[in-house]
Amino acid sequence: MIEVVSAERCIKCDICIKVCPTNVFDRGADGVPVIARQSDCQTCLMCEAYCPEEAVFVSASVTPEPEGSHYRDEAFVTANGLLGAYRRAIGWNTRPPRHEHVPTPSGA
Amino acid sequence: MSDVLLDADVLVIGGGPAGCWAAITAAEAGATVVLADKGYCGSSGAAASAGHGVWYVPPNAQMREEAMASREALGGHLADRNWSSRVIDTAFHQVNRLEQWGYAFDNGGGASSSRKVGKDGHVNYSRGLQGPAYMRLMRRRVTSARVKILDHSPALELLTDATGQVSGAAGVRRQKGGTWSVHAKAVVIATGGCTFLSGGLGCNVLTGEGSLMAAEVGAHFSGMEFSSAYAIAPKFSAVTKTAYYQHATFTYEDGTVVEGAGWHSRSPIARALDEGPVYAVLDQAPAEIHDRMRKGQPNFFAPFDRRGIDPFTERFEITLRSEATMRGTGGLHLADNACQTDVAGLFAAGDVATREYICGGFTGGASHNGAWAISSGTLAGAGAAQHAFARNGVGPVAGPANRRSVFESDAPTAESVQWKEIARTVQGEALPYRKNYFRTAERLRESLGVLDQTWQAVNTDLRWDAEDVVHAREAAGLTAVARWMYTSALAREESRGMHKRLDAGKPDAAQRRRLFVGGLDELWTAPDPVAPYTGIDVTVAA
Repeated sequence: MIEVVSAERCIKCDICIKVCPTNVFDRGADGVPVIARQSDCQTCLMCEAYCPEEAVFVSASVTPEPEGSHYRDEAFVTANGLLGAYRRAIGWNTRPPRHEHVPTPSGA
Repeated sequence: MSDVLLDADVLVIGGGPAGCWAAITAAEAGATVVLADKGYCGSSGAAASAGHGVWYVPPNAQMREEAMASREALGGHLADRNWSSRVIDTAFHQVNRLEQWGYAFDNGGGASSSRKVGKDGHVNYSRGLQGPAYMRLMRRRVTSARVKILDHSPALELLTDATGQVSGAAGVRRQKGGTWSVHAKAVVIATGGCTFLSGGLGCNVLTGEGSLMAAEVGAHFSGMEFSSAYAIAPKFSAVTKTAYYQHATFTYEDGTVVEGAGWHSRSPIARALDEGPVYAVLDQAPAEIHDRMRKGQPNFFAPFDRRGIDPFTERFEITLRSEATMRGTGGLHLADNACQTDVAGLFAAGDVATREYICGGFTGGASHNGAWAISSGTLAGAGAAQHAFARNGVGPVAGPANRRSVFESDAPTAESVQWKEIARTVQGEALPYRKNYFRTAERLRESLGVLDQTWQAVNTDLRWDAEDVVHAREAAGLTAVARWMYTSALAREESRGMHKRLDAGKPDAAQRRRLFVGGLDELWTAPDPVAPYTGIDVTVAA
């Protein structure tokens, strides 16, 4: 099930809100999507595939991760390369996400 | 919040592959088209989140003969050669267009269609499609065909004119608020099968309310007894890609092998699961194909990778997830070659329609459903456009009469129930393989007793608020589909195709005909007066 939306990586583009077939997200007050209806999540990974910034993590489990699970922990899933992993697995990461941008030398 | 009112020649309900092909075809014929999806056209439905094959047979008489013949016996000789030929032709043509549109097929060394012979000897011609990329492309094509897409717009009811002709639909806008209503000269329903919220990948949107809407305007079904499909899945995960389990060894808790269990032999697994946990490991897959398997189905491996499990060497607990009428073959009866149902103006495409014409009573999985979505979508889109052009206009329309509103809930009473209770009760009858896989007249009657009461509760006691109006309609859909399934299963007093009756284990030659089921409060069954055209002498076949 959907567990993490990284506020740090999110660019507030609303794509995950739009593509979720079961309407799991709401737009939060700050523009970052909130997981409003986790019980409707069907673990289809579409949000993770579509998020251009690799800011979404869907856990493998069809039930919510228990309190204290590291799959609910943004730092853990980030450190372990799990954010956006499905997008990379299906080759949709053709443009690097913002967090991977390296400054271009001037004049290049 | 605002209400949307639109006019169109053709309204398509459902944005999976069948709906997309229908919308594109109708638009190419010159019709104005609106497509409404419960979720998002491009990510919704069974096809979008998974890879699947498409029945793809080159135009070669011998190959086509082999492709059609290979499943006829498995399907209990209920398939139809005329339909199969049409479906193969149309799918072949449209899959080739996908390539022209820029879909990058992974041809695995250049072969455009692979002929595979399964362990049970049946031959399959298929071409692989990756769901996310396929459906992203289909959305682009739908958009460039100038189809108006309404995302997150579940339909709640069909609209008819004074003569009973289907003339549009109405629903709610889940993200934008308010309602929508489209008046159309023809409607294509492409809302998918029903899998009872069993948690299969991408399948929890398949809840039967489209079938219910069609029944409310008078449509009926065929083959609903062919609805006992179950897929093998890791217990913790939604991934129901069963084909890779051809490389699996299945074991009990203590490590002993489950005798006879296999990819195509799920009965021993179902029996073993009744006693306790069952495990699988893909240790029969030679190391040199691991990479190819990973590329073929990335989502099969995603859950294992996330859990740090190597499925090739470490065993994991499995379960069977119901795929009921999605991987089964039952659905709306089609009255003509343009996929029109028995109700004027209502066309059906994809898994919501019966797939017996190409699969008989055997599963539509492994590429037939993929081809059916493309072909029936194409045929229905063309048929709906022609129907619309021949129709003058749309007069005043209304939802089905003599029925509670599906928009506004009545006030709660002491007997009120919520959608979750309804859904749980239906799941209790429709999901257990003890009830749905190993069927007996006695168990079916018991389940129907519970389901009839549940239907009564849907009619009188179900209440909802604005947040769960769609779930309430889904719960009604689940109940209706389960009743059609089991009523049909009770009437087919034999075993044929996937329909297994423990109390009537053999096929009965006299019952080699398709079976209709219909009705809402009072259900009925009747044999299809049209015999399957097989092109072979089936008097010798059961």
